[in-house]
Amino acid sequence: MRPRPSVLVGFAIIAVYVAAAVIGPLVSPYGEAEVVGDVWEPFSAAHPLGTDNLGRDMLSRLLWGASRTIGVALAATLLSFTIGMTLGYLAAVVGGWVDMVLSRAIDTLMAIPTLIFALVVLAVLPPSVVILILVIAVLDSTRVFRLARAVAMDVVVMDFVEVARLRGERLGWIVFREVLPNTLPPLIAEFGLRFCFAFLFLSSLSFLGLGIQPPAADWGGMVRDNANAISFGLPIPLIPAAAIAVLTIGVNLVVDWQLERSSTARRGA
Amino acid sequence: MHPLVKLVAQRLALGAGTLLVVSALIFAGTEILPGDVAQAILGQSATPEAVAAIREDLGLDRPAWIRYLDWLSGFLRGDLGTSLANRVPIGEMIAGRLENTLFLAGVAAAFAVPVAITLGIVAARYRETWLDKAISIVTLSAISMPEFFIGYILIFVFAVKLFWVPSIASVFPGMSFADRLYAVTLPVATLSLVVIAHMMRMTRAAIVNVMASPYIETAELKGLTRARITLRHALPNALSPIINVVVINLAYLVVGVVVVEVVFVYPGMGQLMVDAVAKRDVPVVQATGIIFAATYVLLNLTADVLAILANPRIRHAR
Repeated sequence: MRPRPSVLVGFAIIAVYVAAAVIGPLVSPYGEAEVVGDVWEPFSAAHPLGTDNLGRDMLSRLLWGASRTIGVALAATLLSFTIGMTLGYLAAVVGGWVDMVLSRAIDTLMAIPTLIFALVVLAVLPPSVVILILVIAVLDSTRVFRLARAVAMDVVVMDFVEVARLRGERLGWIVFREVLPNTLPPLIAEFGLRFCFAFLFLSSLSFLGLGIQPPAADWGGMVRDNANAISFGLPIPLIPAAAIAVLTIGVNLVVDWQLERSSTARRGA
Repeated sequence: MHPLVKLVAQRLALGAGTLLVVSALIFAGTEILPGDVAQAILGQSATPEAVAAIREDLGLDRPAWIRYLDWLSGFLRGDLGTSLANRVPIGEMIAGRLENTLFLAGVAAAFAVPVAITLGIVAARYRETWLDKAISIVTLSAISMPEFFIGYILIFVFAVKLFWVPSIASVFPGMSFADRLYAVTLPVATLSLVVIAHMMRMTRAAIVNVMASPYIETAELKGLTRARITLRHALPNALSPIINVVVINLAYLVVGVVVVEVVFVYPGMGQLMVDAVAKRDVPVVQATGIIFAATYVLLNLTADVLAILANPRIRHAR
């Protein structure tokens, strides 16, 4: 199946962001906390995107922010998948009371709105990068658990898993060699969606002043720092906010295509 | 007992249990620190006297479960505790703000629900046409954007450039209803865009799903008009999932207000909670957190019950 143009746009967007995240701090013209000009200078050759509320170069902060915002969101997503998939497969493969206890516990955690629970926890924990990754990953892993358990449930009833059990294979073998390879396609699409969630969630926390702390550059925090500019008719906070929105749209375009592709592949088989 | 009554009673009991566990989790959320909460609130440079004062305020010398029961029973009697930051009873701090938040969410819901359902029906009726695709692109982008992005775009265009509406949603006691409504135009628009997108997509999906059933084909073969088939034949059977998604989105509104209130400097409960987190005012965070969480749980419970009531197969079971 030929990918639609929208998918190519999605991949192009992701490629640009990954490049910015990897080499951003290296090619950035100034340091992330370096004051280099006046407050809210207009676009110029020296400052292609102007300066921020403290006279720091916007482009440099965007580039530094790329690696931090995307890096933290990616780390949280990876951790959330590790937790969610481990527990989800465990629940599906072992079943019985293990499944019941895990499922009830996750249901209860999901009954609380994610943002509210994060705010409660951040009222006593310091908002360090490690804590932020942990909080986002744990809250997000509930969704991964649900999906991993559901897809694994479909696979564990298959004959080849039963054969492996009868052969006397260990739990690790059954999970990693029998179940995992057969449940990957839907989880890949989910990875994109969960990354978007973690990324938007982190940006919202930073926007509220409770995420990544200044002077470190972070896109949500940059929107917060420059919010007042808008009442002077300067659309400065829209620059980091658009940077956030465009990446989410790009990932969504690719995820849509991946979901469609895996459902046609199933129908064709 | 009628199966309907039994089902609803079961859900209500489950909801009550969930509320209890949720309250325990919110309380436990502020207890997960390995060290001392009092020390964490004040930081490393705190004097021993200040730490001792906060320890006494929070009753940290007693076991956690006793403090939880105390807190819960106070809450049920309407005593929400006292703020650490300014010693004001939390009930007084919250009253007006809760009203403001409910006003904002209520206006957004009153606007968003009819618009979303109409758009969903239109998109399903004209599916695969340019109209359907246009609606789909707009809603997909609205879902992908953070609320503060939508909020600041609206402020920039409609408040700063066009001067149509105020950029800061200031409301105060004694304000007339019309003035209040005018003040919250932009926050309502921001919240609405996000929930309309979700609700519209689900409404469209539910109707398209029902439209694929054989009885719709029968109706088509009888020569009925498309409008009549959509409204009289498809809609009643799609109603149960639609009601469900509407109420779940109302629950989402309750949380969405937190960010939107901060964008528009609106004196609501979300703003209060965010400020309390920044100030580490634990009792205020607990009280606002439990109110938000309880509203969310109750709305989700309502979604469950309404979906059961709207399902003709269960309603007419004997």
